[in-house]
Amino acid sequence: MVELVLFIVFGLIAVAGALSMVLHPNPVYGALGLMATMLSIAVFYVVNSGHFIAAVQVVVYAGAVMTLFLFVIMLIGVDRAENLEERLPMQRQLAIGLGVAFLVLIGLIGGNAWITAPASASEPNGSVEAIADLIFTDWLLPFEVTTLLLIIASVGAVALAQFSPRRRGGAEE
Amino acid sequence: MVDYIWIVIALPLAGAVFLHFFGSRLREPIAGVIATSTVGLSFFYALIAAADFFSGTGEAETVHLFDWIPTLGANAELLWDPLSAVMTLTVTGVGALIHLYSIGYMHGDPRFGRFFTGLNFFTASMLILVLADNFGALFVGWELVGLSSYLLISFWFQKPSAAAAGKKAFIVNRIGDVGFLIGLMLILANFNTLTYGTVLADPARFVTAGTATAITLLLLLGAAGKSAQIPLYFWLPDAMEGPTPVSALIHAATMVTAGVYMVARTASLFELSGFAAATVATVGAFTALFAATIALMQRDIKRVLAFSTISQLGYMFLAVGTGAYVAGIFHLFTHAFFKALLFLGSGSVIHAMGDEQDMAKMGGLAKVMPVTHLTMVIGWLAIIGIPPLAGFWSKDEILALAFGAGGWFTFLWVLGIITALLTAVYMTRWMYLTFWGEARWDDGVDPHESPAVMTLPLVGLAVGSAAFGLLNTPFHGPFKPAFEHFLEPSFEAIEMAHLPSGSTPWFLALISIAAAAGGALFAYRRYQGAEAFDTAPVAAKRTGVWRWVTNGYYVDDIIGNLLVLPGKLVAAWTAFVLDTEIIDGSVRAIGGGVRRISGWLRPVQTGFVRNYAVVTFAGVVGLLVWFVSQGAG
Amino acid sequence: MEVTAGWYLALGAVLFVIGAGGMLLRRNALVMFMSIELMLNAVNLTFVAIGRHVGDLNGQVAVFFVMVVAAAEVVVGLAIMISVFRRRASASVDDLAVLKG
Repeated sequence: MVELVLFIVFGLIAVAGALSMVLHPNPVYGALGLMATMLSIAVFYVVNSGHFIAAVQVVVYAGAVMTLFLFVIMLIGVDRAENLEERLPMQRQLAIGLGVAFLVLIGLIGGNAWITAPASASEPNGSVEAIADLIFTDWLLPFEVTTLLLIIASVGAVALAQFSPRRRGGAEE
Repeated sequence: MVDYIWIVIALPLAGAVFLHFFGSRLREPIAGVIATSTVGLSFFYALIAAADFFSGTGEAETVHLFDWIPTLGANAELLWDPLSAVMTLTVTGVGALIHLYSIGYMHGDPRFGRFFTGLNFFTASMLILVLADNFGALFVGWELVGLSSYLLISFWFQKPSAAAAGKKAFIVNRIGDVGFLIGLMLILANFNTLTYGTVLADPARFVTAGTATAITLLLLLGAAGKSAQIPLYFWLPDAMEGPTPVSALIHAATMVTAGVYMVARTASLFELSGFAAATVATVGAFTALFAATIALMQRDIKRVLAFSTISQLGYMFLAVGTGAYVAGIFHLFTHAFFKALLFLGSGSVIHAMGDEQDMAKMGGLAKVMPVTHLTMVIGWLAIIGIPPLAGFWSKDEILALAFGAGGWFTFLWVLGIITALLTAVYMTRWMYLTFWGEARWDDGVDPHESPAVMTLPLVGLAVGSAAFGLLNTPFHGPFKPAFEHFLEPSFEAIEMAHLPSGSTPWFLALISIAAAAGGALFAYRRYQGAEAFDTAPVAAKRTGVWRWVTNGYYVDDIIGNLLVLPGKLVAAWTAFVLDTEIIDGSVRAIGGGVRRISGWLRPVQTGFVRNYAVVTFAGVVGLLVWFVSQGAG
Repeated sequence: MEVTAGWYLALGAVLFVIGAGGMLLRRNALVMFMSIELMLNAVNLTFVAIGRHVGDLNGQVAVFFVMVVAAAEVVVGLAIMISVFRRRASASVDDLAVLKG
């Protein structure tokens, strides 16, 4: 019963945040909406016994990533309203049509018994120890690769932000 | 000695390899000295190795070096018998003198070392040819001399005419080689081996006379190409574009005799097919006469000698076709001396006149070039056949044997006598225009006698031209027919032509001496005191038949228009239509087609990220549709 | 009424379609980027829900890796956006059509 209430409340918040992100012309409001969605999803993680994942979601996504987004929005000065008029032909019709088709198809698949049936297995233990146990045994190699990925990404980000083409040409910006 | 006969080939070959890499770094005379000494050492080695043949105790020996293609009977094996010994001695002996002469002649040439590389390479190739013990190795030498001939004719490749002459020689030789190669394949098919020992010992055991005719006629085509006989003679006059020592060594003394040597070597095959032998004799006699007529009207000092060479080679073919193998090889031997002498003498003149080759601008050189003149007189008397010089003995023997063969050969004898007459006319004309009469030099030309390094070989060759005829006189007495005796082991299985009996040979000799003397006298009187100078041998206007003769019967033009022009047209069509239009066109069509199809697809790439995203999302939806259709729902 | 995995999947699908719609309809590069993050989160939610449904912790491990990759992607993507903005002074992706065929 508690889970039903939580699902309804935070599901509505998540959908509302997502819609405001997509529909609001000002990206700053969009970013805030997205943050609300992410926090609600963190709640769902907790409900689904993903305690560690939930913490990471709050810290990394809702915290770091969204802060970064806001920071960039402020930095490049696009905290203005965007003209929402569509210029590409058929783009809006196609997008909406495909979205509806997607939902209908998911609904068709959703009729499958195993998904709608109640959970049969025992609840997984989403504690830090359990996750670490898996990451450092079965997933050790992918884990190491992600470290490499993160290093490359941070170096690349510094390189991209540091050198502008004009400065490389010798002229002062 | 004989076991190491390969040294004869190895010495010039080593010289060629060494000079190829280091020749250009040596100071001028050194490269020439090295080249000359390798050939000279080869000559002395061959002389010692042939000692047993001189004493009459020697036997033919085969020296196996290494396996090459054993299944075809073509191994690196050398055959040392009197015939190959004569050839080896001629090539190395005359060759060494010409090498020596070249040191003086090529003085100051920027590619001095490279020239001697070519000469040494040629000598080695020619020795492979004459020492081979099977048709495979013979063919290797055969092609190598063709290659070195090409390299040396176009030695001054910066002259377009020299480059073209080299190309012409190479291509015409190639035509003959095709026939030669097919002949070798026929030999292989019928005899199952290429070794001389099996093929030539008793060919009648393997092939019929008809097959032998086919084989020998194909071999004759190769020989005609190499020895400049009708129909493949026309490359030789152009080959005079090469340096004069090359003309002397390759295109007078040695390489062009390869065809004669090959026919003599395969004598037993030719004997089996009487028709082929008669064809050889006929080709030879007609070539002799034909070339002699053209030589009458040439103005270039070397072209006269070139046509003269073709004519003399015709005599050799007449001899080997008649069955007079010894006489043919003997004429080859004496001709190597006097023709090399004449060529080197003309080289000496050209050198003295500052590269002038037109005889209309010479004359009166006897006073300023006494040594050259004296040796040329010997060469002149030798080639027109005045006894007791070398040319008389060898040529007269050929003619006498042809007369003795009777029948059709009597007609060929008549042609030979006419040729002897013409030879006397054109050689006397050559002498007169060059050495005698008034000086007609261009202004600023100051002729001088050539240096000793050039006159010394002239003297050596003159001695040979004068004396070596006595090696094979028909008279028994103070001089025995040493040459015939020497060559006997090589031809013991062959039925040789016989001299007519009784006093006929004397009578025949008188006829040919009369022809030579008459021709010489006629030409001398024709030019003596001629007022308005005219290079034509008779006081005819340069019209009608004389124009034909002057232009070599327009053979070059006919071949140029009939064979070369269509070839060039086909080549041009291939290059400018087939290649550019059809081949390149199809490539361009493929490229253009791809480009056009791409043109249709180009609008798909709008450049807008969101268009691409729509397509991606449509792909996702499409995947879902597929899942549902597969019954996932 | 028990909340089954299907409920979360339905919610995830709705969020995914909203994200896709934002991706396709907005031309502000930052908003498109955020839409992508939303789509990633929607998929993450389905991972966790199904992981719970079948009692398998590997679903959460996958989510962990997705987060790491997403974080790297955000870093690089925002850096690209900054350098593009420096040149063009515009965050509209429709202005960046130089790859037009």
